[in-house]
Amino acid sequence: MKPQVAFFDFACCEGCQLQIANLEEDIVGLVNVVDVVEFREVLTGTAEKYDVSFIEGSITRPEDEERLKDIRKRSKLLVAYGSCATSGGVNKLKNLNPSLENVRLTVYGKDWNMPHLRTAATKAVDEVVKVDAYIPGCPVNRKEVVEVVKSLVLGHVPALPEYPVCVECKFRENVCLFQKGQVCLGLVTRAGCNAICPSNNSPCEGCRGVMPNPNKNAMHEVLKENNLTVKQIFDMFTMFSADPEVKG
Amino acid sequence: MSDKSMHIHVHHVTRVEGHGNIDVVVDNDVIKKIEWQVPEAPRFFEAMVVGRDYMDLAPITSRICGICSIGHTFASLKATEAAMGITLSEQDTRLREILLHGETLQSHVLHAGYLAVPDYFRVNSVVPLVGTHKEAVLLIIKLHRLANELCDIIGGRTTHPIRTTVGGWTMLPTEKELVTLKKRYEEAVEDLKAVAGVVLSVAGKIPNFTRETEYISLTSPSEYAFYDGMIKSSDVKAPIPVSNYRTVVNEYVNPQSTAKWTKFNRESYAASALARYNNNYAQLSPLSKTVASMFGLGAAACHNPYMNTVAQVVESVYAVERTIANIDWILDKGLKYVKPDIKVKAGKGASAVEVPRGILFHEYEYDKNGKCLMANCVIPTNQNHGNIQKDFEKLVPEFKHVGKEELQFMLEMLVRAYDPCISCSTH
Repeated sequence: MKPQVAFFDFACCEGCQLQIANLEEDIVGLVNVVDVVEFREVLTGTAEKYDVSFIEGSITRPEDEERLKDIRKRSKLLVAYGSCATSGGVNKLKNLNPSLENVRLTVYGKDWNMPHLRTAATKAVDEVVKVDAYIPGCPVNRKEVVEVVKSLVLGHVPALPEYPVCVECKFRENVCLFQKGQVCLGLVTRAGCNAICPSNNSPCEGCRGVMPNPNKNAMHEVLKENNLTVKQIFDMFTMFSADPEVKG
Repeated sequence: MSDKSMHIHVHHVTRVEGHGNIDVVVDNDVIKKIEWQVPEAPRFFEAMVVGRDYMDLAPITSRICGICSIGHTFASLKATEAAMGITLSEQDTRLREILLHGETLQSHVLHAGYLAVPDYFRVNSVVPLVGTHKEAVLLIIKLHRLANELCDIIGGRTTHPIRTTVGGWTMLPTEKELVTLKKRYEEAVEDLKAVAGVVLSVAGKIPNFTRETEYISLTSPSEYAFYDGMIKSSDVKAPIPVSNYRTVVNEYVNPQSTAKWTKFNRESYAASALARYNNNYAQLSPLSKTVASMFGLGAAACHNPYMNTVAQVVESVYAVERTIANIDWILDKGLKYVKPDIKVKAGKGASAVEVPRGILFHEYEYDKNGKCLMANCVIPTNQNHGNIQKDFEKLVPEFKHVGKEELQFMLEMLVRAYDPCISCSTH
């Protein structure tokens, strides 16, 4: 029997789910190896148990924590899918605000205290339940998604690259953005995106999170040459992972 | 329950973006409750961006929506540019329009082909149609792929564009890439006609339901407005400047929704492909008008909300033709890269862009260092929630005789016709 796969979304833009539709003709290949039994954005239907659950989005309310725990109980494997799920993504910017009341007041004005507008500090999926595999990225890289699905179908835990975006950027023979006077997070960000942002002449924003064991000496050198501190570069990481730590 | 009593509760409507519920209670033929509910988790973008640098605003607010990230990017860039008095060359503006219409085509094909059309065949998704209507599905995938490839080439990525930046572009496509795209777009016209034919073959299943509605969209004297223009209400003669958008949207909080609702001259209004069609029909291209006429649509305003899907098909044709014309203009002048020239200054600016689901507003205020002091985003679907509610209130009494199952189907299909982007609406 083909593995039963499901997709679930929490607080996010659902752009990572869209990358499944963006596989175009490859979707036909995907549904040959897995049975998609629940995927609210594209099909009507539900199931009781799942072999693999893909969780998109971050967790921002107590009721969403309960829903996630219930999905975990019914799933053999659970994948944190996309930056909102792996690190909290941009949604964690909210946590930098001194108070959640202030956050609600800024958006909803005089109605901020209505009960249905309650919110809690944003959490990544693994702050609520056990995660078996991670697919980082904002949005996820479609090729990496296909590789992860292949690994899971074969019974392996997928391995993420353990080197920085810089390596991929060098392979693509890009001129270093530091040399163009820009500040780029590719030095310390986990690779796997094929350096897509620097290759489009735009700095890496660190959406895939910090890589394991970054080469601190080399990093210090580049930062020193550009009059930057380690703290400054980690502060830049706040866009996608307000609380930077290595995932996966 | 007797035949005259029913309780329809749809928890998380499927084949739409985000989380919405339908709750209808009819007790012995008396309607007790009709509610369109939006329980989506708010993400608080307007609070997230306060204190961020002006260059971060577009990359962050792009993440409001995975489907219309390009539209959000442009609304954001235009608001920042309005606040700081930054202008773009005509070439760079036309390139933005090309990318915006890549998204129009991608999103409209996704909605009509993958999300809405399965209703007309009474199947749960596009997957069963691969077996029964393989050629049509492959055509839909082909068009979807083409639109996405355009977004890759012009924007650097299909979702959350990279090359778009304050004042212009970080990088341009090559002329060769534009020539190839143009050729493929010319070929796509026939594919679109074929897809329109498939939609037409099931158009008899579109419910016969109308409700006189106020339609709000951009309008422009020079073209069928998408990238720029003034605000047009079907209830008001003179167009309204975008800087006065707050007098149009009048956002308010409703206890049944985490997304704000809006109203202008009536209890609700619609922002959608159908709103654009109704307000700006005369400026459509001849071929898009021909496709509209296949479905019985003409210059007269259409007040059947289910026809929004048809308006999307019509606009897909327009998007392709407009893109070809824009590529021609650029190739004719010769492509030139000019690095954006930005002088950061304090200011406040609002913008509007037509995105697949309707008119989108962003407004920001910056201090002299370019730090964001205030942000406001008004999303098409948050403008449509009130209108969906009002449609429900007319539809349920008119159609409750059809029985629970059929009525539920009609209500779900109505929600889908708006192509709602619910997580985007709550943001």
